[in-house]
Amino acid sequence: MIHQYKSNGYNIVLDVNSGSVHVVDDLVYDILALYETETKEAIVKKMLEKYQQPIYAGLYEEPISESLIQEAFEEIEQLKEEGTLFTEDTYRDYVFDFKSRKTVVKALCLHIAHDCNLGCKYCFAEEGEYKGRRALMSYEVGKKALDFLIANSGTRRNLEVDFFGGEPTMNFEVVKQLVAYGREQEKLHDKNFRFTLTTNGLLLNDEIMEFANKEMSNVVLSLDGRKEVNDKMRPTRNGKGSYDIIVPKFQKLADSRNQTNYYVRGTFTHYNTDFSEDVLHMADLGFEQISVEPVVAPPEEGYALTEEDVAVVCSQYDKLAQEMIYRRKKDGKCFNFFHFMIDLTGGPCVAKRLSGCGSGTEYLAVTPWGDLYPCHQFVGNEDFLLGNVDDGITNTEVQNQFKLCNVYAKESCKDCFARFYCSGGCAANAFNFTGDINGAYEIGCELQKKRIECAIMLKVEEAMEKNE
Amino acid sequence: MKHIKSLTTKNLQNTVKKGGCGECQTSCQSACKTSCTVGNQSCEHK
Repeated sequence: MIHQYKSNGYNIVLDVNSGSVHVVDDLVYDILALYETETKEAIVKKMLEKYQQPIYAGLYEEPISESLIQEAFEEIEQLKEEGTLFTEDTYRDYVFDFKSRKTVVKALCLHIAHDCNLGCKYCFAEEGEYKGRRALMSYEVGKKALDFLIANSGTRRNLEVDFFGGEPTMNFEVVKQLVAYGREQEKLHDKNFRFTLTTNGLLLNDEIMEFANKEMSNVVLSLDGRKEVNDKMRPTRNGKGSYDIIVPKFQKLADSRNQTNYYVRGTFTHYNTDFSEDVLHMADLGFEQISVEPVVAPPEEGYALTEEDVAVVCSQYDKLAQEMIYRRKKDGKCFNFFHFMIDLTGGPCVAKRLSGCGSGTEYLAVTPWGDLYPCHQFVGNEDFLLGNVDDGITNTEVQNQFKLCNVYAKESCKDCFARFYCSGGCAANAFNFTGDINGAYEIGCELQKKRIECAIMLKVEEAMEKNE
Repeated sequence: MKHIKSLTTKNLQNTVKKGGCGECQTSCQSACKTSCTVGNQSCEHK
């Protein structure tokens, strides 16, 4: 299976099953579109008809002839032989025994506080309360969560813990105590904790920043972009905007981390489908690590993205990618946009790419009172309660559903070119929109595919620049 | 080649035998809280 598309002046061909990327001329591009459905003779005839029209004169140094078309065919055949074009999908057998595979817990999302000092209008956590009650995680519960992680991590050395909320800085003493406990335990068990703090920034101060720089592998700083955009959706509890309070703190923290190992992370909605302006605004504020993603919301909400928004958002991704190329050429460097990151030379293995996001198996969310859920997005939906930090996973029936999550279990992924990049997408989104964790949230899929196309195009551009 | 330029990429089929060590990061984390991406992650099995 191949996926071919035109972007930023390039004819790009992705060989889905090998992950190979080729940049081809117009002739090969047209041949490939017909390659699997028509005979060679028919294709040659069509190419001659098309490229001998006057508008194509001068496209090649020599006039288009049968021998030139034959040459193009030979190059295609060579790549096929090398296993980088039209490669077969040999991975389906790989997943037959997914249910009995042994998984370990690698990461926890600790809901340090089910409470928040902002009132973000799109908050899936309902201002921190997750359809439940306000609560802060105690040190005792947090300790048990870390013990559970260590005990269930097998031989895996690196363990990730995200201090999440609500707003985790509202319970920061417990964060500090848990980090100290983790550091003590990692020595005893030959583990390495990688901590992350996700914060809205309101309570950030020098003490928290210093602590974060010492202990947090990553910090995620919530900001939606332009002041009016941010303040519309991210007001404080008294209805005022949060932008002026948080931006200077975020700038200070990002600089103090040498502009690495952090993200300013935003959400765009139906109200700012011109979100490339928000990404660029954050870049102009000096941020070099930026992540902005589409809101996930019930369709009845005014801020939810609509099907009509998809084309607009896709053109915004194109615009953003072009601006990134422009800045890279002009300044010799450019900010990093998380959703355009792709690792073509050292990315994950097929096993990883097939097995989904890891929610419910490798990744779990822990509520303030110690309940375990497949991920933060499922917290509050009792149907997905998996167990707790005292007894571990007890609801193996639900866990097995997550264990079986893989790209071949999802009908719409089977023929999708993006399946080895998004790995089947977000189970929570799928459930919220289709009632099935193996369903597909179509708007999300369209945007994901576009982001992958842009990400590959940026790699193509980089490679072509080097060749020049 | 005259008509095709290929980028340097890791061939996914070669990772079937040696892959699956599980040391890599979970996919849905931190900077990506809903729009999960796997292709951007690094393999830790160098």
